[in-house]
Amino acid sequence: MSAPDARGYFGDFGGRFVPEVLIAALDELERAMTAAFADDTFWDEYHAVLRDFVGRPSPIYRAQRYAADVSSVPLVMKREDTNHTGAHKINNTVGQALLARRMDKRRLLAETGAGQHGVATATVGAKFGLPVDVYMGARDIERQALNVEVMRLLGAEVHAVTSGTQTLKDATNEAFRVWAQRVEDTFYVIGSVVGAHPYPFMVREFQKVIGIEARRQTLERYGRLPSDVIACVGGGSNAMGIFAGFVNDAEVKLWGVEAGGKGLDGEEHAASLQAGSVGVLHGSRSYLLQSAEGQVRETHSISAGLDYPGVGPEHAFFKESGRATYVNVTDAQAIEAFHGFARSEGILPALESAHAIAFARRLAAQRDADDLILVNLSGRGDKDIGRC
Amino acid sequence: MLGAVFERARREKRLAFIPYVMAGDPDLETTEAILLALTAAGADIIELGVPYSDPLADGPTIAAAGQRALRGATHLRGVLALASQCRESCAPIVLFTYYNPVYQFGVERFARDAAAAGVAGAIVPDVALEESAELRGALGARELAMPLLVAPSTPDQRAARIADAATGFVYVVSRLGVTGAGLAPDFAPLRRQLASLREVTKKPLAVGFGVTSPQDVRNLGSLADAVVVGSALIDSYAGTRAQSAAARVRDFVAPLIAALPIS
Repeated sequence: MSAPDARGYFGDFGGRFVPEVLIAALDELERAMTAAFADDTFWDEYHAVLRDFVGRPSPIYRAQRYAADVSSVPLVMKREDTNHTGAHKINNTVGQALLARRMDKRRLLAETGAGQHGVATATVGAKFGLPVDVYMGARDIERQALNVEVMRLLGAEVHAVTSGTQTLKDATNEAFRVWAQRVEDTFYVIGSVVGAHPYPFMVREFQKVIGIEARRQTLERYGRLPSDVIACVGGGSNAMGIFAGFVNDAEVKLWGVEAGGKGLDGEEHAASLQAGSVGVLHGSRSYLLQSAEGQVRETHSISAGLDYPGVGPEHAFFKESGRATYVNVTDAQAIEAFHGFARSEGILPALESAHAIAFARRLAAQRDADDLILVNLSGRGDKDIGRC
Repeated sequence: MLGAVFERARREKRLAFIPYVMAGDPDLETTEAILLALTAAGADIIELGVPYSDPLADGPTIAAAGQRALRGATHLRGVLALASQCRESCAPIVLFTYYNPVYQFGVERFARDAAAAGVAGAIVPDVALEESAELRGALGARELAMPLLVAPSTPDQRAARIADAATGFVYVVSRLGVTGAGLAPDFAPLRRQLASLREVTKKPLAVGFGVTSPQDVRNLGSLADAVVVGSALIDSYAGTRAQSAAARVRDFVAPLIAALPIS
């Protein structure tokens, strides 16, 4: 697994397309990150917090019944839903909060869509005593009232973003604008492998723990590597986290599952890699859903966490290089998997993760007992109750 | 094209005046009327905004103007057509556009069509120095300027490199944050940055982001070569159209233009 080049590119994707006012802050962050990554005491503290506060390592668990009618392939779940705050997002916010403290930043700033990253940031803000401002689209605030309440209970201030689509895309725009104003004392905690360099690389490094654990656990338990690793992709952090553990194992197929929404024929989906084109959004060059004139399009997914027109630049690189394959699952298929998995396994998956689970069942039909499918169960589904 | 403009302002012992207007807000006819009014009032250069869905460097006023323009389906192609139409009748136009519309249009094609439309250059706020070579090269090959931005957070050494690479002028962002009316209350950091830029470049220095009032303009008189006024200008005519918008623009810029002479 390699770092991007000096200018932050994975192949043709990545870079730093932000206003000049932010460049010095990105340089400062890159320097601090590089020093921290080379410092064992930084990683020791990160892993201690993940162990004692987040509850890592998260287990792997073989789903016995969900796909038993179509295949005898072992279907193994990496249980990121068991983390404190109920999703993989906290792995990243712990890392960034530790870095913020090291850099002596006084405040945390975050964007959020479904609210999972907002909750994960509010949580580490409370833990480390750093005030947190979360920017969230007004429409998402309505759709995710529970998470908004949780963030407020944790002491974060939640700001409604009323511009543009009033969802994650515009919340991210607003977070960048606020950061530009408070760049001297504020650390911007980006929630996915998106944004300007070094964010896509840094967030991947903080999520890599998923893949490193899962690889070790799979070898220990089954004595072999998975044949296939599956994860849902919005911005792509849970996918990049689990992929990172297997990217050098050429025989392991990597599958990213995008939100097919109401189908890729129309415009109501969020499948940037499959139906989008190359462009620049939120600081990096990658695939995005846009008009012929270069205006970023409104997207749709039943899952707020996948409802985003862009995708991390390293995923674009994996698509071009062929290292990962990107597929999609529609709203209806995800909802079916959400219900089916709950009833057959006793686990409510997040709607985002339900996309990966639905594809796992599809793939299972083509695999047998000698194979092994590993799925990143990136979050729990409590937040989605009543929405499907 | 821009060199002569700054030279004239210098000869007349005044700042150059660079108003910013969002093309297509709320329609291109209104924009054309405003461009003519600004030219008649004495604008030296006009920054013409290209509407974009995700303007990271802009505050609420310009972002909302862009949304109004997008509702009218104004995109880069229409903005270039307007610029072309006004080339004989307007002050020199510098486009202000985010990178993605240019990238989709094609960098080479953008430079070619911008040159054909008679524009003087392009400011692309999300293309900082490190990403600017391709676009700067394409524009430069057609003698179009690409002013680069220097921010209060830019270290001096970097500012010197930016000034060296910028063409046309150096765009000095007056304060942290995004576009919008209101300068920082403390002038000292801006004064220090302008002085430090003077030591490393002879290129004109245009101050923007927050310049609002005649007093702001007078305060900058001895420090800069030009002022950019955007959000405050848009606020003055938002919600009106055509000649009525043009009339408000005339009223708004008259006292600013009267404040340009360096005392």
